[in-house]
Amino acid sequence: MTFRPFRLSLNALLAALLVASALPAAAEPTLAEVQASMKQGQLPAALEKVDQILAVKPKDAPARFTKGIILTEMNRQNDAIALYQKLSEDYPELPEPYNNLAVIYASQRQYEKAKAALEMAIRTHPAYATAHENLGDVYAKLASQAYDKALQLDSANTQAQTKLAVIRDLMGSNSRVPRTAPPSKPVLVAAAPAAAPAAAAKAPAKTPETPAAAKPAPATPVVAKAEPEKLPAKPAAEKAAPVPEKKAEPKPDDKAQAEARKLVENWAAAWSRKDVKAYLNYYARDFETPGGVPRKTWESDRQLRIAKPGPIRVEVDDLNVRVSGDEAKVRFRQSYTSANLKSATTKTLVLVKRDGRWLIQQERVGG
Amino acid sequence: MKQLFRIGACAALILGAVLGTSASAQSPKGPISDGGPEASLSKVFKDIEARRLDSALERVDALLAVYPNFRLAHLIRGDLLLARSRPLTGFGNAPTAPPEKVAELRDEAIARLQAYHARPTKNQVPRYLLQMRPDQKYAIVVDTKKSRLYLYANERGRPRFVADYYITHGKEGAKKSREGDKRTPLGVYHVVSEVPKKKLTDFYGSGAFPINYPNEYDRLLGRAGHGIWLHGVPRDTMSRPPKASDGCVVLANADLQALASRLQLGLTPVIISDEVEWLSLDDWQQERSALQGQIEAWRRDWESGDTERYLQHYAEKFTSDSATRTQWGARKRAIAKGKTWVQVRLDNISMFRDPGQEEMVVVTFDQDYRSNNLKQRDGKRQYWIKEGGKWKILYEGQA
Repeated sequence: MTFRPFRLSLNALLAALLVASALPAAAEPTLAEVQASMKQGQLPAALEKVDQILAVKPKDAPARFTKGIILTEMNRQNDAIALYQKLSEDYPELPEPYNNLAVIYASQRQYEKAKAALEMAIRTHPAYATAHENLGDVYAKLASQAYDKALQLDSANTQAQTKLAVIRDLMGSNSRVPRTAPPSKPVLVAAAPAAAPAAAAKAPAKTPETPAAAKPAPATPVVAKAEPEKLPAKPAAEKAAPVPEKKAEPKPDDKAQAEARKLVENWAAAWSRKDVKAYLNYYARDFETPGGVPRKTWESDRQLRIAKPGPIRVEVDDLNVRVSGDEAKVRFRQSYTSANLKSATTKTLVLVKRDGRWLIQQERVGG
Repeated sequence: MKQLFRIGACAALILGAVLGTSASAQSPKGPISDGGPEASLSKVFKDIEARRLDSALERVDALLAVYPNFRLAHLIRGDLLLARSRPLTGFGNAPTAPPEKVAELRDEAIARLQAYHARPTKNQVPRYLLQMRPDQKYAIVVDTKKSRLYLYANERGRPRFVADYYITHGKEGAKKSREGDKRTPLGVYHVVSEVPKKKLTDFYGSGAFPINYPNEYDRLLGRAGHGIWLHGVPRDTMSRPPKASDGCVVLANADLQALASRLQLGLTPVIISDEVEWLSLDDWQQERSALQGQIEAWRRDWESGDTERYLQHYAEKFTSDSATRTQWGARKRAIAKGKTWVQVRLDNISMFRDPGQEEMVVVTFDQDYRSNNLKQRDGKRQYWIKEGGKWKILYEGQA
């Protein structure tokens, strides 16, 4: 289940606010600086900077919104909830805080609350596609809970995992730009500070000039639908866009990198083919199983899961490979679709070279 | 809008199954009960059929507020919610659902709705309750095909409808004959006892009441097995599928509790049928009088001292616990020689018709026998059958 959390296009009002606030940047940091800190994973620093902005302009919507994202990433969900609630009270016409509030509720499996928040977002902006998409997901979640109760299914465990993935996804999408920002969204700027530079880099990149951009997120079409309403904000976005940072830097395509990349692609392909044997073959003998369960247990669990009826589609995008000697770290976006689950997460695989072959030694969700 | 149509079509399918068989049972006088979750459930399906999905969801939510463990309602709720995010393919769209579990819930839906749409009317009584004795406050009639239990009160001998409840019966259906055949017996029984609560696991829910299967008639026919109870359900569910027990009759815990407060141990009849026959009050009265007349004739002929006339009331295949028809005749003729007068009084007569294929009525009474050389009071049970178009006694013994 994917929540496309920060598909946050800010409307004209917000954008204008941002521009206004960005110009007289005197003593206090700018939002762009906050974003930069976020992108480097320096969340406490980002929080400090955004608090400095808010000390001067306590009502500033973009700054408050950004703080909400930082708090969410810092796992301070309750603080983030409180912030978004207050923000919604002050700016009831903004759908984004409701949407992000819903994402947090959903991550806490409070789907009724998530539903209510998304319905608010839609009430203010009936064409707000992200909220519609998320609401669809929440309905599906609620349905799944109802089915669990009806059929005494024990999907609770897998659900918890899915949920976690969502949170990380959310973090990934903000701290690392490449993929999550939907191509059609230059407006992101003001909204999701971290995403802004990305969006900027991305917007023109609709044509796959970086590997990252190759695969549009599944949500894209919906997002596009919401566009007209956000159009006025575009100029503002462009102004804010030229944030220096270049993401998706071209990689020195050395051999090891290519091999590692190939391995991940093959691994995903085996998974998609439901070729369990081949799939398991990509894991090193000393692979760190989740929760440290015995290898056998993990293998049979994987086997069961993959062998379930229905097609599986695993796609990897935005591969970011870092090689050091016989070890490689590959970070990428994984889109997983099966009969009963759709998720898009950031994944990291740690590869080791054994007998001239790259194998997976660690696999974890998140960057 | 496609998904709406599909789920609507699905509801229509279920409703069709229900209404198709029940239209004839509807009477212009109107049904006599509207309790339980079926009324709401029926409205939910009508909403779905009419594509009022929001209204259907509201109703399901309201239903779940009252019955939080109602799995069927959860399933429908799941479908209604999912319909908002993707097209549905049928009833019970849980992606990982074991098909048999969905099928069980669909069966439950059909059973509940069918019973609801074919409720008896005020003018109908179950054919089996020909006469309750005055101290029998209630009688229970079970319809396995409809997955339904009907509770009747004794209103001066006439059964008055009180309530009806969804029930679960044997995995393999009805007509128990062997130990372990996972079937529910068909016949005239009564509640024997209550199993002490501390002896019950959660599986039996709010209580358990054994009935007297196998009864004398079952034994006569060589039917075996034991441990047929009325009992509740585990805490985590409101109900079980229509066919899920090992032969017991299983009710929702709240329903069993409502029932338990009205049960008289050793007295309350439990008549289990695979398809309850309903009679108009007129027909019922006629059947009842006919048999009453025969019983009265038997009593009078006994008093008359004319042993051959008395023996005419016994069927060819008659048997008691200790005698065949021939032995019984010989014994009665011998006894009659010592009698100068005989007086027989029958009190507390009950007459319950057996729901099986054979025409058979279980008659129970207190017999007050006086004669020149013997005075005796005891409880008696007779099985009357139709032989050559006349009511005859098939079995007679202590009750």
